[in-house]
Amino acid sequence: MPDLPASTAPMLQLHQVRKSYGANEALKGVSFDVAPGEFLALLGPNGAGKSTLFQLLTGLFNADGGEVRVDGHNMQHTPVQALGRIGVVFQQMTLDLDLSVEANLRFHARLHGIADRESTSRIEDVLQRIGLIAQQHAKVRTLSGGNRRKVELARALLHRPAVLLMDEATVGLDPASRRQLLDEVLALRDQGVAILWASHLVDEAEAADRVVVLHRGKVLTSGSPAEVVAHTGASSLASAFLQLTSGTPAPANA
Amino acid sequence: MKARHALLALQAVTHREVVKFVHQGGRLASALVRPLLWLVVFAAGFQNVFGVSIIPPYDTYIPYQTYIVPGLLGMVLLFNGMQSSLAMVYDREMGVMRLLLTAPLPRWYLLLAKLLAGTMLSVLQAYVFLAIAALFDVGVPWSGWLYALPVLVLSGMMLGALGLLLSVHVKQLENFAGTMNFVIFPMFFLSPALYPLWKLEESGATVIHFLATWNPFTHAVEAVRFALYGQLAPASLAIVIACLLVFFSLAAHGYDPQRGMLKRSGRPGS
Repeated sequence: MPDLPASTAPMLQLHQVRKSYGANEALKGVSFDVAPGEFLALLGPNGAGKSTLFQLLTGLFNADGGEVRVDGHNMQHTPVQALGRIGVVFQQMTLDLDLSVEANLRFHARLHGIADRESTSRIEDVLQRIGLIAQQHAKVRTLSGGNRRKVELARALLHRPAVLLMDEATVGLDPASRRQLLDEVLALRDQGVAILWASHLVDEAEAADRVVVLHRGKVLTSGSPAEVVAHTGASSLASAFLQLTSGTPAPANA
Repeated sequence: MKARHALLALQAVTHREVVKFVHQGGRLASALVRPLLWLVVFAAGFQNVFGVSIIPPYDTYIPYQTYIVPGLLGMVLLFNGMQSSLAMVYDREMGVMRLLLTAPLPRWYLLLAKLLAGTMLSVLQAYVFLAIAALFDVGVPWSGWLYALPVLVLSGMMLGALGLLLSVHVKQLENFAGTMNFVIFPMFFLSPALYPLWKLEESGATVIHFLATWNPFTHAVEAVRFALYGQLAPASLAIVIACLLVFFSLAAHGYDPQRGMLKRSGRPGS
């Protein structure tokens, strides 16, 4: 990594990442990169290993083998530097319902070492951006599911991460909120953030620059949505995904 | 880790603990009612049953109520320490733990911040109890309020660290009541909180006496008892500090990503 100039280097790198739970191999050597300004959709049915992968990417535990690098920092050996460069929206909501939107964001800002004077202006900026500035002092409990997710996105952006990880972020949202969230993330992509968007919903992957299909702990294929479709000979990304993950003989890794 | 970053994170964790404590209005009340019941009711009934002879740090005969004050301070610290582990389990179930553990700080430091925040609440409650005890005319020397502070902090941290260690192993809130019964009550009763340990020896309960001398809570209570009278209990204090270091190291190890706090409970795919 250090031998590559930063501008062309991938922001997020996974190299032969493996993880087992006892005899159960959850990840069997997963490799892919996400470049700055790239939106990569990680598609996989339930049980594909996406959640395990996210736990490794967020340093919640370490891989048995292989490595994860964020902006060149190895997650296992220099987790503090690596974690400082990523923003995460977890699948499960991680907001304090009884605290205000601002208090939730402030908690995160302090954990990231952003002093209050600085975080006050950042919190206003980011709430303006997602259209929730009027709710700044409202308790999170009073917000809709879609708005709670937006607050979590806002929180993930407070420390200006180079990599944004979205783990099944649209689960439980209505179609309009899903679309809004996706649009927000696409705008971030255009600002140069590297985005890893994990989902089992194929339509969300249509907007991606690149799709990686994960199944039973292995990368089945990767490429642009059009390439994945062409590769499988299917008529759409949805049928390509079904074909790849339904047990019909899959082609060799692309 | 920069000092400013470390302080901001400590502020974040402490602020959250305090806000939660204030929101749970009943918590302070229940933390105080328990030892006060012992002090006012139990001790009143038993003060003539237990004759307490003159043993250090006391230099005169003391009423039974006065004898049990350090033990009840220990009880406040013990319950609050366990409460903080309950909060860890709750945070884990609610997912807030992930937020904390993915902050760009060393994991041991985040646990230490949790421990310090919880200890601060423990010690504050201990002083509120001391004040109420004084209102009931069960006072300790005023200088003892000051001398006891470092010992209350260390004992509170030791019991809080024990709570953190338990939270590594207790995976679900439902299991928590059981843990409380298996940890809190034996620790409390196998200690000099309610009776001097020589009484156990005298009555021939040698096994119980042996267990009590190995109980970290015993040493927390004794260290607090001596400090309240301006005296140092070096052996007890050393044991409290050693237990604090051991419990905290084991807890930090338990939350280490290499071992994985989610390793056993975490399942792929869900």
